[in-house]
Amino acid sequence: MAETLKTEVTVVGAGPAGIAAACRAAESGARVLLLDENPRAGGQIWRGTRCGRGPAGARRWLARLSDSSARLVDTTAVVDTDGDGGLLVERRGEALVVEGERLIVASGARELFLPFPGWTLPNVLGVGGGQALLKSGVSFRGRKIVIAGSGPLLLPVAAALATSGAHLRLVAEQAPAHRVHGFALSCWRYPGKLIEATRYRAAFLATAYRTGVWAVAARGDDRVEEVVLTDGHRSWTEPCDYLLASYGLVPNLELPRLLGCAVDNDRVTVDDHQLTTVDDVYCAGEPTGIGGLELALVEGEIAGLAAAGRDREETALAGRRRRLERFAAALAHAFAPRQELAERVEVDTTICRCEDVAWKQLHPAGSFRQAKLATRVGMGPCQGRVCGPALALLRGWEADRVRPPLRVSTLGVLASRSKGPAGH
Amino acid sequence: MTRRSHPDVVVVGGGIVGAACAWYLAAEGLAVLVLDAGFPGGGATGAGMGHLVVMDETEAQFALTSYSLELWTALANELSADCQDEPRSTLWIAADEEELALVEAKAEFYHRRGVAAEVLSSSELAGEEPELRPGLAGALHVPGDRVIYPPAAARWLLDRAVEKGAAVQTDCRVEEIGSGWVRTARGEKISCDLVVNAAGPEAPRLTSGLPVEPRKGHLAITERYPEFCRHQLVELGYLKSTHTEAADSVAFNIQPRATGQQLIGSSRELVGWDLSINRRLLAAMIRRAFDYLPRLAELQVIRVWTGFRPATPDGLPLIGPWPAIDGLWIAAGHEGLGITMALGTGRLLAECMVGRQPSLDPAPYEPARLES
Amino acid sequence: MTRIPIVIDGRTVEAEPETTVAAALLNDGIWGFRSSVESEPRGPVCAMGICFECRVTIDGIPHRRACMELCRPGMEIETGG
Repeated sequence: MAETLKTEVTVVGAGPAGIAAACRAAESGARVLLLDENPRAGGQIWRGTRCGRGPAGARRWLARLSDSSARLVDTTAVVDTDGDGGLLVERRGEALVVEGERLIVASGARELFLPFPGWTLPNVLGVGGGQALLKSGVSFRGRKIVIAGSGPLLLPVAAALATSGAHLRLVAEQAPAHRVHGFALSCWRYPGKLIEATRYRAAFLATAYRTGVWAVAARGDDRVEEVVLTDGHRSWTEPCDYLLASYGLVPNLELPRLLGCAVDNDRVTVDDHQLTTVDDVYCAGEPTGIGGLELALVEGEIAGLAAAGRDREETALAGRRRRLERFAAALAHAFAPRQELAERVEVDTTICRCEDVAWKQLHPAGSFRQAKLATRVGMGPCQGRVCGPALALLRGWEADRVRPPLRVSTLGVLASRSKGPAGH
Repeated sequence: MTRRSHPDVVVVGGGIVGAACAWYLAAEGLAVLVLDAGFPGGGATGAGMGHLVVMDETEAQFALTSYSLELWTALANELSADCQDEPRSTLWIAADEEELALVEAKAEFYHRRGVAAEVLSSSELAGEEPELRPGLAGALHVPGDRVIYPPAAARWLLDRAVEKGAAVQTDCRVEEIGSGWVRTARGEKISCDLVVNAAGPEAPRLTSGLPVEPRKGHLAITERYPEFCRHQLVELGYLKSTHTEAADSVAFNIQPRATGQQLIGSSRELVGWDLSINRRLLAAMIRRAFDYLPRLAELQVIRVWTGFRPATPDGLPLIGPWPAIDGLWIAAGHEGLGITMALGTGRLLAECMVGRQPSLDPAPYEPARLES
Repeated sequence: MTRIPIVIDGRTVEAEPETTVAAALLNDGIWGFRSSVESEPRGPVCAMGICFECRVTIDGIPHRRACMELCRPGMEIETGG
């Protein structure tokens, strides 16, 4: 039988939304457990933030978290609901059951990867993946790097790599110039964003930042050695040791979907208090719509206050949330993946990296489930998290139903239950 | 291509049983139209384990499983690679001396009927499967059993049927079956001479009074651990659990897949059409497997799913004419043995439908035996 | 801070404190962490626990995500599985 942790508010995900939620709920007097799969709090965006290192906002929030009564349970992955309002989680190979009266899901987002010839070669990474590796100790000094992806993340990653001594050869944004510039102009309402972008750009001035350019193929023997790029008219080759190619973010909706929360157009449906359609389950941050750091913080604060029963204090935050939501919508429009990205796939291009399923094998299938049974696509350990969003874009396939385990886990953990005979 | 307007036979259901029926009927020269509500192999077939196994609870069960296994074995060189067909012997594990006595009786039964089987001692069993816990009494080793990937096998059979002139229509749900016609959900009425109801757990929806009910099962599959188990392992108590009157039951059953993954079963429960995971039963099922393979607890599990087995009151399938409706034939109710029995079912049904001398005595499977 | 001795495919190397196994391998010049179903070399992609491309064997346990584990003294890592 698994050990049971009881609390008032459980927060899943210790990124900005989860940290803000945990702080606000704990400061309001609630007992709070904050669960995260990583060894440190901060999520992807604040990865590697420590004393004296990392952005000031991150350090402020992390200090606030450690000053609060919220308890961080790190290295902990949610495996399943326990069918009784609690969560079955795995921590260092052991099962734990977390029973909270209210749950805040702040499960964040992952990168959108889209297949193209050669994308499975070693050293072809996500843009955020490159950033995460840098923050987790990889030395890119002197390495030739091409970034060919999409979205505002390109700028801080390029800046960090250039600063670390990488030989950054090109930063290519797939979105066309008019969209990116239109977006930049619309940012006059958010001067902080523009200042930030300018500061990042200044850190890699020696490298070109080109809009309307994307990778069509990666080549190499046992790792990437060059990338073929195009602007739609002309193609050329850049040698590289690393290629960073991903196209913005997709929300992690697996937990809210398993909990039965309504999801519409890839967003968890929430009310003004961040409450989902399931009683006592709140959601904040990217799963309610990709919106970036500031929106995640505001939503987290609102959810934390609401889950602690301090709904009335949310009012001041509601206006900020609305403003940031408009910014998020402009962002999504500006950096939407172009049609040509889907056209790069060739018959032999691997779609499912876990099971090595090629594009041509998928053709007769009419749905994700049919394709799974026919080809094993999406049946590997990533559980379709990489190929699922790609196939949603390439084929219009909806994700298959979510079942436990939410994350690959040991059978020992999955078979651990807090209660014996308690129904389904 | 088959006359879409008036085929000789409409087969309702493109699962493995329907696919096998279509193949054998088309091979008899009949114009066959297969209608599947979704895609072939997407129902009970896609949820199944694919253990091709000789069973001996009754003479009739033995006759159909052993005959079917012969047919599967004969196809081994023809099946496409994605069918993942491979010989994989079964070990029926006896936990104690009492079960070992049953193993010996089982061996005797097989020997008398010419099926290879040998009794393994406790130490021989440990040698065959080092991950099993020490102290098990022994096992029956049945070397002729096999493994297959059921949805791929169903597709392969349908492709063979199509080669022989059959037509397959997917996403075509049948709402009603009559004498010499079926009506689809789109309101289309297709007339034909004969109809085969091979709709698996859905069969009673189309033929009222058919004694088939959905019996839910869970399966769990691990990451790749080649060599963890080498045989298909089944606890002897499996047989007890399949007949229990209890609301639900679990039994230890593991199958090493060609991928190196370990597929773990089994559970049985009668809960109607509820496909949701029963977490308590799932945990009990997995813990039952730990009783035999303690180190299984350390293996990583990727996926869990459920499916419905079409169960009949006497544990035997329904194969043959349905007396209440002229021209309606049934091939359903195979519970957990549909994959194994598919070929024997298809062949027997086709022989009876065209009036040929049947390869097996059809009497034990005739639906009329259970007509209420 | 002191460096952390780890064993990569039988060789002892030293990793910086607070580095992940994925970082230690890349810094050691290893980019093919595992061999895929079709025997292609694969390495980290997402570096945040999602894609499972960086699986290695750690202290005898297969299928560990190198990007999710911090280096610990004496850790034995096997690649190519």
